[in-house]
Amino acid sequence: MRFDVAAYKLRTPQSVQEALAWMAAEPGALRPLAGGTDLMVLLAAGKLPGGQFVNLWPLRELRTIEVTSDSVTLGALTTYSDVQAHPVLQQEFPMLVEAARQTGGWAIQNRGTLGGNIGNASPAADSPPALLCYDAELELRSAQGSRWLPYHGFHTGYRQTLLRPDEIIARLRLPRRRGQRLHCYRKVGPRQAQAISKVCFAGCADLEDGRLVSVRIALGGVAPTVVRCPETEHILAAATSPAALDEAAARASLSRQMAPIDDIRSTARYRRRVAENLLGQFVAVLRLHPGWATP
Amino acid sequence: MPLVGTPVPRLEAPDKVTGAACYVDDFALPGMIYGVTVRSPGPRGRIRRIRLGDGIPWEEITVVTARDIPGDNVVALINDDQPCLAAEVYNHAEEAVVLLAHRDRALLERARRQVHLDVEPLPPVLTIDDALAAREVIWGTDNIIKSYLVEQGDVEAALREADLVVQGEYETGAQEHLYIEPNGMVAVATPEDGVTVWGSLQCPYYVQKALMRLFRLPPERTRVVQLETGGGFGGKEDYPSMIAAHAALLSWKAGGVPVKIVYDRTEDMLATTKRHPSRTRHRTGLRRDGTLVALDIDFVIDGGAYSTLSQVVLSRGTIHAAGPYRCDNVRIRGRAVATNTPPRGAFRGFGAPQSLFALERHLDVVARAAGLPPEELRRRNFIRRGERLAVGQQVRDGVDLPALLERALQVSGWTERKNRFRQENQRGTIRRGLGLSCFLHGTGFTGSGESHLASTVALEGTAEGRVRVLTSSTEIGQGTNTIFSQIAADALGVGGEIIEVPRPDTAAVPDSGPTVASRTCTIVGKLIETAALSLRQQLLEEGLLPLPYTTGDFQAACAAYVRQRGALRATARYQPPPGIHWDEVRFRGDAYGAYSWAVYVAQVRVDLCTYQAQVEEFWTVQEVGRVVNPTLAAGQIEGGVAQAIGWALYEHVAWQEGRMANCRMTDYIIPTTMDIPPIHVWFEEAPYPYGAFGAKGLGELPMDGPAPAILNAIHDALGVSICRVPATPEVIYDALSREEALV
Ligand SMILES: Cc1cc2nc3c(=O)[nH]c(=O)nc-3n(C[C@H](O)[C@H](O)[C@H](O)COP(=O)(O)OP(=O)(O)OC[C@H]3O[C@@H](n4cnc5c(N)ncnc54)[C@H](O)[C@@H]3O)c2cc1C
Repeated sequence: MRFDVAAYKLRTPQSVQEALAWMAAEPGALRPLAGGTDLMVLLAAGKLPGGQFVNLWPLRELRTIEVTSDSVTLGALTTYSDVQAHPVLQQEFPMLVEAARQTGGWAIQNRGTLGGNIGNASPAADSPPALLCYDAELELRSAQGSRWLPYHGFHTGYRQTLLRPDEIIARLRLPRRRGQRLHCYRKVGPRQAQAISKVCFAGCADLEDGRLVSVRIALGGVAPTVVRCPETEHILAAATSPAALDEAAARASLSRQMAPIDDIRSTARYRRRVAENLLGQFVAVLRLHPGWATP
Repeated sequence: MPLVGTPVPRLEAPDKVTGAACYVDDFALPGMIYGVTVRSPGPRGRIRRIRLGDGIPWEEITVVTARDIPGDNVVALINDDQPCLAAEVYNHAEEAVVLLAHRDRALLERARRQVHLDVEPLPPVLTIDDALAAREVIWGTDNIIKSYLVEQGDVEAALREADLVVQGEYETGAQEHLYIEPNGMVAVATPEDGVTVWGSLQCPYYVQKALMRLFRLPPERTRVVQLETGGGFGGKEDYPSMIAAHAALLSWKAGGVPVKIVYDRTEDMLATTKRHPSRTRHRTGLRRDGTLVALDIDFVIDGGAYSTLSQVVLSRGTIHAAGPYRCDNVRIRGRAVATNTPPRGAFRGFGAPQSLFALERHLDVVARAAGLPPEELRRRNFIRRGERLAVGQQVRDGVDLPALLERALQVSGWTERKNRFRQENQRGTIRRGLGLSCFLHGTGFTGSGESHLASTVALEGTAEGRVRVLTSSTEIGQGTNTIFSQIAADALGVGGEIIEVPRPDTAAVPDSGPTVASRTCTIVGKLIETAALSLRQQLLEEGLLPLPYTTGDFQAACAAYVRQRGALRATARYQPPPGIHWDEVRFRGDAYGAYSWAVYVAQVRVDLCTYQAQVEEFWTVQEVGRVVNPTLAAGQIEGGVAQAIGWALYEHVAWQEGRMANCRMTDYIIPTTMDIPPIHVWFEEAPYPYGAFGAKGLGELPMDGPAPAILNAIHDALGVSICRVPATPEVIYDALSREEALV
């Protein structure tokens, strides 16, 4: 046993308000615990600093999925199982559903939450690339009130975020879009299931009236944070026909937006090359898309 | 109705499935406290001082160092070079230095972090090349723990005269056993009553031997009891002696209080043994028609910091290095070297998977160079009955390798699939290939090992008319109890319900040897068969048993015997099969009583986007003598293939300064069911007269063949030769980019 249970105090609030009041009273002293699927791993490894934890798990108000005509809003406690079961997410946000399907096994999918995946701030997490491509926004809430931020930019450095010590992630909002959208998500881990990504690719492209109007690409596992790749997006979005998609330029630009490392899970050169290959697959799918205007 | 040959369900399965089975973590004694281990910080150094830090009530904690050992500070095994606790120097990372015990595990963890070792680091030897260069000498005079030489004919002359000479170098990595239950022991030890330990282990008498030496105690005061054991694969062959010793030393110092030490997964991965990494160099000479005329093999394994079982791993690896082929000129040089890494130990296959990987991978390279299909090269060189293996052993089995190969090619649809893949591989980003391997595995201990062991078993009839099978062979998840009861029941001519197989306890069972080397069913089983026949004979001679008899008659006879004469007991002791001779000095002769033989085929898919190789389907054809329990036998083959797929493609031990950096299941990647393909199992049965009901060894066989078959399939798919395992996507990518750079 590498930890001392007595060093941890878990406090269970009656409401989100109560949780936030506790966090406001002792800023930085309480860490949120949602599904615990990241925190318990640290605990067992003897790597979780002792202290107070606020148990968000029973707060049902953070586990809702609301659909309006222009967005889907997900509570931070939405689990991977919840994501997979939701018809609108299946229909319109298939990359998030795919990420959920490939996260852990059933036990983790029942317990792990989107808020935890973001809060844990691992550069190898599987939902963030999908969320970045879908232009997700986050609601951060504290006793003072709430603020909405674009998810893009939330991760400021390796395991660093814009979250203040008295705040929690309360909700995520995904703007809905009608029209033709192409989604391409691929997680590359060391095995077919129960795997931490070496590289994770998400790409989507919107077509209107036979023309490409926007391309979004995000990568996990290749930099200190999950990254959007605007340079590559621009190169591809500039194409006016499938033949004009400049794969070579896109690949070269992708390389400039990554900073992969060698570690016990993989090598920098492997991550770099696979990310480029995944981009190549995305371009190939994009080329074959039936939504292009026929010349 | 005979039980041998039928799928009798596992006897202990209900207890395991319902949670009633008692593993060491479930086992408690009154007043029991816990022990933990303080370990060395780096790969090699001198221990200057041990300091106990502040804020810990040290007076409450039992603290043991090497000075507290009542006898010799060694884990007795073969060379007795491994200390139980490092005293002045440490020779590998995570070597045990100080032991602590207390009832409060949280306090114990705080205390563990407050034991400070002041050390002076010394330059470590971390690789096979470092060890052979011997700039730093850490073992003996040259870092070589053991070497063997097999020589037959004149290799140099044959290579000179050969039409074609092909060279190659092959490497295999360490592998973690990852038994489902980590290692653990409970001990009670006092000078008055001696030492008793309970725990998770494969070889009760190995543990007993180590404890006797450590405490200077006679066998009757050194008792080892096995608890339910959740897997071993060789990983609980020698290391349990270490943990048992630690728990016993703590109990001894704490005045006889029971002490439990159970490793968590990380400590188990960091500190316990692994499969020996290896490097093999081949130089092969052939005639234009594909006949092998010279095999020159240099086989080196990395034994880690202490010798443990390395010399016996080396001997098996060396003997298997030339495979199931006939060749007049063979030279195999085998060496086990020392490095400053945690000692390597037994692991399913025991050296044979390493040397057979090199040979079977190399033969595909040779076949390409010779312009022959890989199956054809092998077919032309298979050993046949009556011919001699490289160590001079004449093959007496009813083996028919060409027939095994034919069957494997046929059931896998070899030719049809190869043609199809050749077409399909022209397009897209998926490449498929087929690969095969042909191999053998010697049953039981190598050379004179079985004669030295002189294993003994006993059968006992009870007053209730039941029969107890007494052996030290452990049930570790492979089905020992079930097959023993099948064998005993059939030899006695009774139903299985009257047979009991008690869990080994050195105070109650004879030494039937360790549970290793694919020897349990065939060798120990044969002793049970012999003892059973003699028990039955006793009852017949006393006129207590009518002929024919029912199980009820037999029970009545047993009960009557015990009432009238007292104990009813029959024993059997190992006798080598007639005509078996092994010359340890010249390293020649009959290395094993029998061999099992196999041909395996792998279908692999490689994704050119991710460079991940995946096994899509796997075919195994093997000749293992009589199959005693078809379900358990197929389970051994499937499990072994799965474990070998892990070794071949996924399981990479990331060493950093001689320490396993990826010491968690998150980062040490074993395949899941999603990564394991359908595995087809075919048995050919040629009964072996000196094995139980004709059985030969089969538990390790399936570890030998998959890795080369899989890498041969990758070669077939990509046209790129990869010569090391694990062939992770990173390795495949690097190999492909080297090819790209060349064109
Ligand atoms: C076996 C296993 C497999 C896994 N597989 C994957 C995988 O394939 N892909 C993947 O991406 N991850 C995987 N994970 C990691 C983990 O399951 C996910 O990151 C999960 O989403 C974490 O959610 P949680 O609710 O359990 O987080 P917790 O462990 O409760 O918290 C994680 C971190 O986020 C913080 N946090 C949680 N909720 C909030 C909130 N609302 N506001 C602010 N901070 C918050 C916590 O303080 C903590 O720092 C795996 C974990 C395990 C154990």
